[in-house]
Amino acid sequence: MAEIEIKNLHKSFGDFVAVKNSNLVIENKEFFVLLGPSGCGKTTTLRMIAGLELPTSGNILLDREDVGYLRASQRDIAFVFQLFALYPHMNVRNNLAFPLKMQKFSKTEVDSKVMEAAKLLRIDHLLKSKVSSLAGGDRQRVALGRALVRRPKAFLMDEPLGTLDAEFRELMCLELRKLHDEIDATTVYVTHDQQEAMSMADRIAVMNEGEVLQADSPKIIYNKPKTKFVANFIGSPGMNFIPIKEKITPNQSSIKLLDSSLKIPEQREGTNSNENFLGVRPENLRLVSENGVKGNIFGVEYLGSRKILTVETQLGNIKIRVDSDTQVKINEQIQFDTLNNNQIIFDGSNDMALQSEFMS
Amino acid sequence: MMDTSRSPSEASGFSRKLAATIIIVYMVVTLIPISWMVATSFKSVDSAISYPPEVFFEPSLEGYVNLFTNRSRQPKDYLDSLPPPDTWYEELVRSREMVITGPSKFLPRYSNSLIIGFGATFFSVFLGSLAAYALSRFRVPLKDDLLFFILSTRMFPPIAVAVPIFIMYRKLGLGDTHVGMIILYTVVNLSLSVWLLKGFMDEIPREYEEAAMIDGYSRMQAFFKVVLPQATTGIAATAIFCMIFSWNEYAFAVLLTQFNAQTAPPFIPTIIGEGGLDWPAIGAGTTLFLIPVMIFTVVLRKHLLRGITFGAVRK
Repeated sequence: MAEIEIKNLHKSFGDFVAVKNSNLVIENKEFFVLLGPSGCGKTTTLRMIAGLELPTSGNILLDREDVGYLRASQRDIAFVFQLFALYPHMNVRNNLAFPLKMQKFSKTEVDSKVMEAAKLLRIDHLLKSKVSSLAGGDRQRVALGRALVRRPKAFLMDEPLGTLDAEFRELMCLELRKLHDEIDATTVYVTHDQQEAMSMADRIAVMNEGEVLQADSPKIIYNKPKTKFVANFIGSPGMNFIPIKEKITPNQSSIKLLDSSLKIPEQREGTNSNENFLGVRPENLRLVSENGVKGNIFGVEYLGSRKILTVETQLGNIKIRVDSDTQVKINEQIQFDTLNNNQIIFDGSNDMALQSEFMS
Repeated sequence: MMDTSRSPSEASGFSRKLAATIIIVYMVVTLIPISWMVATSFKSVDSAISYPPEVFFEPSLEGYVNLFTNRSRQPKDYLDSLPPPDTWYEELVRSREMVITGPSKFLPRYSNSLIIGFGATFFSVFLGSLAAYALSRFRVPLKDDLLFFILSTRMFPPIAVAVPIFIMYRKLGLGDTHVGMIILYTVVNLSLSVWLLKGFMDEIPREYEEAAMIDGYSRMQAFFKVVLPQATTGIAATAIFCMIFSWNEYAFAVLLTQFNAQTAPPFIPTIIGEGGLDWPAIGAGTTLFLIPVMIFTVVLRKHLLRGITFGAVRK
């Protein structure tokens, strides 16, 4: 198992820049998720780590050894593809044994390693089956088995759960994480699904337009996003961005919203711009009977354990998460304020979060 | 009540019967020449040219005997002086007042056809699959122009370049050699092979060979162990087309081969009997000539049918 370090990694295809000077350190035994919308460069980054694409510039260190320009076959890394890429002309056993055949193992060693991997994934009863006869979940397990059978230094997974149905995906998330812990693997996992990322990752790197915006634990990514993009991308529904028409200065601890004043965490930095945003998650807002920001209920989404209210205000539509037994009617006038100190000011000039009492 | 057991997109009973009738009529029409040819091969020389033609006749192996032997006509008293014939075919020839003077050239010509046909098919498919893979996977400069150029080699009938090839082969010493014919047929087939196989290679997801390369295999190993097995369908279909061309090719064979590497197609029409064409022998030659390509096609038929419709419907 290994540490993976990416230094100034850059990849362009002609005029199109897929990955922009990215830096990442993926620690040994870490479950690391690259998260981002499609086309953000996360798969290209993964493919460069695997050796399926060569970087335009930059380095990839695997256990401090520069492998950036080595062939895929020389890197001792395993890759799980979105479409599994199980060899259709081989049965399950041969699929699992395929990576071992290239290394000089005796037949009995190959058999025992295949059996071990198959048992770990509970597919030992399927060894003789044809790949085409397997159900989606079993194919997924065979693909994982083929990856872990030779105990590589790291596992790379490119949206491996993307083709499974929702119910099964949740189950596989759990299994994947458990498997990762059992074999002490270093795993790099690419997905565009924030729920997968949040539920499995030790750390998440959020990417957009070829850049790594933030790499942190799911909790920090969720609560203390460093940029407006990260804040918006993570969370369902996303963070509210309330426009503020004032320049924020260091040590400021309240802002004016319409005719009411709102307390914010004490700021450590000021903004360049006069048009900034207050970022606040729907669950950090609450309904109050007086002294709040006024608005009308525009929509109510019932989600079982909670309700999401969309409130029309002069500052735009704002989402508030409330208990599901809260009674509100469409067009009802309500007031709301902040529940706690978890607000973030985003500088309107560069969409970066300001350092504050909360953010630091 | 309406019959709902059949899906609306399925053909009705009547149109199925109509289709079957049309197919059967068409099949009879196309099979008549072939069955006539096979029948002729089992006729005697006299019955083959009798008028009106005999549909029912006494079968004879004379055509096959004549095909495989050289004979010479002898006077009756010489024939009577010979010891009695050892074999049934000698007896048959004697009854026509002839003796067998040796084996004919049919067998060597036939084996030339096999060597050249299978050789050219192998190289067309092998080289074609390598080129198709490269064109399918790599960023080849001027790829589209290259593909068009490859196709353009088939835009005129190959025989149009017969004279330059004849001169070139004579200078290179390739005329009337197996190697020369294999190269020629390979070259003619290659454009078809590259185009057909490229289509099949495009359909094989890259992930398969990428998986193999990550699993420690070189690209070449991945190509042979993972890509080729999945292109079986395309390879079978391509092989059949190449085989049929090389096996049946007549014009170049007439022009470029004579003794050493002559194939069966130019040989068969030269089977001339005493005082006219020996139709049963020609029938026997063409019947035997059909067999390898028929076996080849039947063996690969399953792949061929899938191959032609492959890619029409996405899985």
